[in-house]
Amino acid sequence: MRHAVELPILIPIATAIASLLVWRWRGLQRWISVIGTAALLLAGLMLLASVWQDGIRAVQIGSWPAPFGITLVADLFSSIMVVLTGLTGLATAVYSLSSIDRERERFGYYPLLQILLMGVCGAFLTGDIFNLFVWFEVMLIASFVLLALGGERAQIEGAIKYVTINLVSSALFLSAVGLLYGLAGTLNMADLAVKLRDVPHPGLITTVAMLFFVSFGIKAAVFPLFFWLPASYHTPPVAVSAVFAGLLTKVGVYALLRVFTLIFTQDVGYTHRLILIVAGLTMITGVLGAVIQNEFRRILSFHIISQIGYMIMGLGLFTPLALAGSIFYIMHHIIVKANLFLVSGVVHRLRGTYELKKLGGLYQTAPSLGILFLVPALSLAGMPPLSGFWAKLTLVQAGLAVESYVIVAAALTAGLLTLFSMTKIWAEVFWKPAPETQESENSEPVTRTGGPILFLVAPIVVLALVTLIIGILPAPFFELAMRASEQLLNPEHYIRAVLNTQ
Amino acid sequence: MEIVLAVVIGVLYATGIYMMLRRSLVKLIIGLGLLSNGANLLIFTVGRLTRGRPPLVPDGATSPVAPFADPLPQALILTAIVISFGVLAFSVVLFHRAYQTVGTDDLDQMKATDT
Repeated sequence: MRHAVELPILIPIATAIASLLVWRWRGLQRWISVIGTAALLLAGLMLLASVWQDGIRAVQIGSWPAPFGITLVADLFSSIMVVLTGLTGLATAVYSLSSIDRERERFGYYPLLQILLMGVCGAFLTGDIFNLFVWFEVMLIASFVLLALGGERAQIEGAIKYVTINLVSSALFLSAVGLLYGLAGTLNMADLAVKLRDVPHPGLITTVAMLFFVSFGIKAAVFPLFFWLPASYHTPPVAVSAVFAGLLTKVGVYALLRVFTLIFTQDVGYTHRLILIVAGLTMITGVLGAVIQNEFRRILSFHIISQIGYMIMGLGLFTPLALAGSIFYIMHHIIVKANLFLVSGVVHRLRGTYELKKLGGLYQTAPSLGILFLVPALSLAGMPPLSGFWAKLTLVQAGLAVESYVIVAAALTAGLLTLFSMTKIWAEVFWKPAPETQESENSEPVTRTGGPILFLVAPIVVLALVTLIIGILPAPFFELAMRASEQLLNPEHYIRAVLNTQ
Repeated sequence: MEIVLAVVIGVLYATGIYMMLRRSLVKLIIGLGLLSNGANLLIFTVGRLTRGRPPLVPDGATSPVAPFADPLPQALILTAIVISFGVLAFSVVLFHRAYQTVGTDDLDQMKATDT
C-alpha cells in the first residue's frame, strides 16, 4: 500500500464530507459513519502490518524535503494508536446508531465524530511539532462541539471548564513551540532531536520541556491538572463519553511519550524523575477520588485519571520494559475504558439513572449484562487472566527491576483501590436488590430513542472479546509493545526514516 | 526592541491569567484572548526581529544573504491567529448559551458538575 500512512487521516475527512452531503438523510448518515470507521480500522491494521514488516514509514506531504515540509511518520507506537482509534471509533459509531437522539443527529453529530477521529489520527501520525498543535486544535474544536451538543445545563457547565482549560493548555503549547523554534530553528521532530542533542544551554531546553509537560499534562489529565476531567466527562451522551474517555486523554499521553523519548532526553535524571513522581500522585489521587463517588460515570471518570498515572509511570522509569508496559497499558486501557462507559449507557437505558443508590437488582433482570460488565471491570482492576493484569505486571516488574519501590507500591495500592470501586459498582448496580422507591419521580426521564438494543450490546461484546483475547494470548501483543518501545528508545531509526526519505 | 516586546508579552500573559481568575464569563473570554495574543507575540519575538530585510534571494545567488527576516514564525502566527479566532468565536457562543441556560455570568454559580 503506497498511501497507508495518509489513509487514516483521509478516511475520516472523506466520511465527514460524505455525511455532510447527505445532511437531510440521517439514516444514510448513520451508516456512512459506521462504514467510515470500519474503513479506518482496516486502514489502521494495514498500516500496522506494513510498519511491522518494513519498519518506520515516513511521507513528505507535498514532496517538500524533510526538515522544511510537513512529515507524516508511522512507527509501531503510532500505528498501534491508529488501530485503537479505529476500534474505538467503530464501537462508538455502532453504539451511536441506537443511543444518539434525533436532535443531536440533526445538528451534525456524525460528521463531528469523524472530524474528531481525524484530529486524533493526525496527532498520532504527524512528525512536525507545530502540525501536532494544529491536529490538537482540530480534535479540540470537534470535542468542544460534541461535548456541548444538546445544550443541557450540566453539559454547558462542563463544557465551559473543558474549553477554558484546553485553551490555556493550547496557549502554553504554542508558547513552548515558539521558544523551541527560537532555540533550534526547526519544527520537524526528528530534526529537533538531532539539533537539540548538543546545544550550549541544556537548562533552557529543560525549561521548554517543562512547558510541554504542563501543556500535555493538562490534556492527559495528570496530577494536579486533572480537575476539568471529572467535571466534564460524565455530562455528554454515553457514546461521546466513551470516545472521549478512550481516546482524548490518550492523545496527551501519546504526545508526552513521543516528545520525552524523541526530543527531550537531555536531562533524564530531572525530567523523567519528575514524570515518575507525577505518575505516582496521579494514580493515587485519581483512585481516591473514585472511591468516594456514587455516580457510575463519575467513578469511571476518576479511574481514567488514575490509569493515566500507570501510562506515564512507564515513561518515568524510562527502560525498554517499562515503556513496553506503558504501551501495553494504553492498548488495554482504551478498549476497557471505552467499554465500561458503553456498559454504563446500557444500564442507563434499562433503569434511567446513573446514581448507584437508585440502581440495583440488574443481575436478576439482565445477568448477561453483569458478565459483560465484569470482564472490563476486573480487567481494569488487573485481575488475571484479563488484559489489565499483564499490563500492570509488566509495569510492576519494570519498577522492581530499577528498584523504584515507592512507585511500585503506589501502583499496587491504586490497583487494589480500583478493585474496590469496581466491586462497589458491581454490588450496587447488579447485586443488591432494586430499591423500592418511586424512581420515576426523582430520576431523569428514561430517554427512549427507539433504537434496537442490539446495537448497544454488540460493541460491548466485541470489546470484551478483545480484552479476553489480549488477556489469554498476551504474547503477540506484548511482543508488539516491546518492539514499539525499542523503536521509541532508539530514535535513530525514526530520525533516519524521516530525514532520508525522498 | 526585544526588551519592549518581552515586557509586552509578560504583561499580556499576566493580565490574561488575571482576567481568567475573575468570576465573570466575559472576563474569562477577554483573558483567553489576551493569552493567545501573548503566545502569538512570543513566537514573533523569539523568531528574531529583523527590520527591512525581506527573505528574498538576490539575482545570481541561491540563498538569501545572511541577516534576513525569518518568514516561518509569521506563518506560524498566521495559523495560530486563525485557529484562536475560530476557537474564541466558538467560546463566545458557548458562554452566551451558558448565560442563557444558567441565568448568570458568575462562574461560582456553575459548579453543578463539580464534585
